[in-house]
Amino acid sequence: MRQYESRRIVIGAIFLIVGIIFLIRLFYVQVIDSHYKLDATNNVLRTVVKYPARGLIYDRNGTLLVYNEAAYDLMVVPKAIEEDFDTAGFCALLEITKEGFDQRFNRAKNYSRYKASIFEKEISARSYAKIQEQLFNYPGFFVQTRTLRTYPKRTAAHLVGYVGEANSKIIENNSYYKSGDNIGISGIEKHYEKVLRGKRGQEVQMVDVFNRPKGKFQDGAFDATAVSGSNLKLTIDADLQAYGEKLMQNKKGSIVAIDPSTGEILALISMPTYDPNLLVGRQRSKNYGVLSQDTLKPLFNRALMAKYPPGSTFKSINALIGLQEQVLTPSMLYSCYRGYSFSGRKMGCHVHSSPVNLEFSIQTSCNAYYCNVFRSIIDNYHTAEEGYNVWRNYVTNFGLGKKTGIDLPNELSGFVPKTDYYDRYYLKGKWHSTTILSLAIGQGELGFTPMQMANMVTAIANRGYYITPHIAKEINGQPIAEFDSTIVRNETGIEAKYFNEVVEAMYKVVEKGTGTSAKIDSLQVCGKTGTVQNPHGDDHSTFIAFAPKENPKIALSVYVENGYWGSRWAAPIAGLMIEQYLRDTITRPHIEKRMLEGNLIGTVPKIASNEGE
Amino acid sequence: MRGSKSLIDNIDWITVGLYLLLVLAGWLNIYAAVYNEEFESIFDTTQRYGKQLLWIGTAGVIAIVILLIDERFFSTFGYFIYGFILFALVAVLVVGAATKGATSWFVIGGFKIQPSEFSKFATNLALAKYLSTLNIRMTDLKTKLTAAAIIGVPAILILLQNDTGSALVYGAFILVLFREGLSGNFLLIGLVSAFLFVITLVFQNEVYQLPFDVELTGGWMLILALAVLMSLVYYFNRKKKQVLLFITVIFITCSGLVKSVDYVFNNILEPHQSKRINVMLGIESDPFGAGYNVNQSLIAIGSGGFSGKGYLKGTQTKYDFVPEQSTDFIFCTIGEEWGFIGSFVVITLFMALLLRILFLCSRQRSAFARIYGYGAAAIFFFHFTINIGMTIGLAPVIGIPLPFFSYGGSSLWAFTILLFVFIKMDADRLEVL
Ligand SMILES: [Zn+2]
Repeated sequence: MRQYESRRIVIGAIFLIVGIIFLIRLFYVQVIDSHYKLDATNNVLRTVVKYPARGLIYDRNGTLLVYNEAAYDLMVVPKAIEEDFDTAGFCALLEITKEGFDQRFNRAKNYSRYKASIFEKEISARSYAKIQEQLFNYPGFFVQTRTLRTYPKRTAAHLVGYVGEANSKIIENNSYYKSGDNIGISGIEKHYEKVLRGKRGQEVQMVDVFNRPKGKFQDGAFDATAVSGSNLKLTIDADLQAYGEKLMQNKKGSIVAIDPSTGEILALISMPTYDPNLLVGRQRSKNYGVLSQDTLKPLFNRALMAKYPPGSTFKSINALIGLQEQVLTPSMLYSCYRGYSFSGRKMGCHVHSSPVNLEFSIQTSCNAYYCNVFRSIIDNYHTAEEGYNVWRNYVTNFGLGKKTGIDLPNELSGFVPKTDYYDRYYLKGKWHSTTILSLAIGQGELGFTPMQMANMVTAIANRGYYITPHIAKEINGQPIAEFDSTIVRNETGIEAKYFNEVVEAMYKVVEKGTGTSAKIDSLQVCGKTGTVQNPHGDDHSTFIAFAPKENPKIALSVYVENGYWGSRWAAPIAGLMIEQYLRDTITRPHIEKRMLEGNLIGTVPKIASNEGE
Repeated sequence: MRGSKSLIDNIDWITVGLYLLLVLAGWLNIYAAVYNEEFESIFDTTQRYGKQLLWIGTAGVIAIVILLIDERFFSTFGYFIYGFILFALVAVLVVGAATKGATSWFVIGGFKIQPSEFSKFATNLALAKYLSTLNIRMTDLKTKLTAAAIIGVPAILILLQNDTGSALVYGAFILVLFREGLSGNFLLIGLVSAFLFVITLVFQNEVYQLPFDVELTGGWMLILALAVLMSLVYYFNRKKKQVLLFITVIFITCSGLVKSVDYVFNNILEPHQSKRINVMLGIESDPFGAGYNVNQSLIAIGSGGFSGKGYLKGTQTKYDFVPEQSTDFIFCTIGEEWGFIGSFVVITLFMALLLRILFLCSRQRSAFARIYGYGAAAIFFFHFTINIGMTIGLAPVIGIPLPFFSYGGSSLWAFTILLFVFIKMDADRLEVL
């Protein structure tokens, strides 16, 4: 390979050419071009982050729910602190101890002696006014503006969620976030984080050795203005939300109200709740600790995350499935002798007249009737498995046992067993309609969230379909449908004419059945009471309702934990909610008074409000 | 016959001297880059300069050990060492620790070892052993494929570690293959397309103001430069037939390449996609927007002026405005504190080392030693070009260390081994029959 000896010249030439190019470039950059020389006195750069204002949040009527208040981060450049720094005076100004000062200062020093870092974060505007007057006495410190969330209505804490500092895990996984950035942690703040957060800006300043800004670096070539987040209009009615929270005070439970024609959520209440202003700024972590320790679990969003068996309210669904499957007609009669006997066992019922037709079965909530209906649905097929799958398909078409797709995080999907679940318990082919008979009356393995139940009522109110429930109405004035393609019409597969039968019966429930406490003069309210068996204590009271009967404007589910029967707490609360929303006045103050005074938890939540701050 | 006396006589002390100068200069600049009044002892091992001193000491021990090993050890165990390194590269994928998104470290008792640094040496050894086998011809397809595999396998394993910068270094071996008889066209095509691709990425967003109010974007500017270059080539070759056709074809191909890179990046890809390609190429993302880091680096170097601000007097590098200052951007400290004089000295030292290695190569009797030497030079050259190129805005920001300068034990050890094995081969050259 000696014949290629001359090629070393080529290689050597390549080396030399690169070396010469580098020297020419360096000579240009270091000697000729003045572009890269900062003024001798302005020889240090400082990047000041411009935090964008987070988008505002309004309710459906334009009432402001969340806005921003200015807050200030006190920054320090440790290197710029002079020998004769008046530590005592500075501590007095900031109302911190000498130890507190040392701790913060050392943390900043460990981060960098030359780069600015946060000394004290999120100082309120009020405290800042005082500090600002004297800050010039303390070179090395400067202030960076940011904003804090404020909740003037003090309601809808679970729904709106809260904002917190991006932790190291978030920063590692998402290149947008940097240390010190805020991010939506729960609720709307989390789901619409990208819409609300805006875009961070920065300003690269030249700073002299005394840390005094000397103007923009390269005329702002590397600056970026912060872009505010988009404003969000919610579907929530703030008045209805606040009223519901008031009715539910001192109770555990949940109310979800939906406008059936649009799928817009009018109120989403989980009790007990907390003042959202508690989880803002400097006291956030302290308050969060208290709230998360509270045995009443105020941070837990029951509306989306609590799972209850639907109880008797589910009977309407079984009636609809029976009608559609042609195994039931409205006039068909079943007798009930205080229950339903099968294979030596008995499903009990209360005392009422017999036989029972469809309308009366819903009105009186007869268990025996639904045992018959359920069995005829399942046994209409060759195998129980086949029949069950048909039944299950209808149930999930109501949005039950799967996520409704609401635009909020952490929604539970609920539970409707699949056949393999029963195969595991009873072996394949060894279970029958009687084995799973408790499903007939909404008990057994079923578990749905209050959100899913409200959505189910919506489908009944609409006579056969529901629109994907959602809580955002507009982004910067543009309808949410333009951004979210998941908001669609979902069909139940049951014909409208069958719904009319059930709706009529539900109307009778409120007119003269178990739900009369939800009755409102000259308003056709339809409803169904339920009692959810609770192995841990008193049963839960539940009520589903919608109104008016024709062209419904509101559909809702109410859960009151340990409230015994549906008619005792859930039905009157549902009635008041409907009246508040449709009429804006309350005609039965005595019922309202009873609801407001009702205390089912025995204690008052540890921190209810943030009045002090 | 092989006493220590003759070893000392035979060692090329010029190369050793250049090595020592580079390492010393490197350490002085790491000291300056992380200099801090509070930790003044140079032996403070909690600080980077203290640790680097430790690395330098151990590197010296390694160098001496290499000089004492029989030269035949390296040719005999070349494949074995290569195999061992491949195993380590696979192992680090499984059990390695991740830094900055790359899984390339073993952590052993508080020390971090990066096998990819050593695999350059091992690959060079294996390639030299293969190409020095009797009856190997670079023109054979089988030879080309085998050589490509020896180079490609570790490169791919390093790519899998997400350390694209280190993987790109293996491209440098094309110089070795060229020296051993690979057609010059490969080198030309490789160099030109890499050059055009990178330069297009670097300059695509620049706009140049030409006389008569003509504005040209980076892509067009490159095509203009190409046209001038090709005209010159034609002028000097105008007597040869077909040269016009040949040049036209090359010009059109190159322009097409430039424009398509330009077009795809600016018009077809979404910003986040172009960003991903940059990341894939190992071009580091810029936290404060396009060009901020390079600009900072240029300011640091540019503010050094002709004679520099003086040792330990740098302000830009001190205030942490230049990222990765003691590692990938160490050249900024040199430029700022020592000025153009310092830059000139460092570049001259590197040039001297590279050309000295080429000179030593040409006096080798054994093909093995010669090929190994070219490989070592190619690796040093690649690191030198990319690392300094990126600090002065001539190369994309790819995080690979500057040999002997950048902070880091693995890289210093690996470069020391790479160089001293060649020095040892050279010292023993007369014993080769
Ligand atoms: Zn009955």
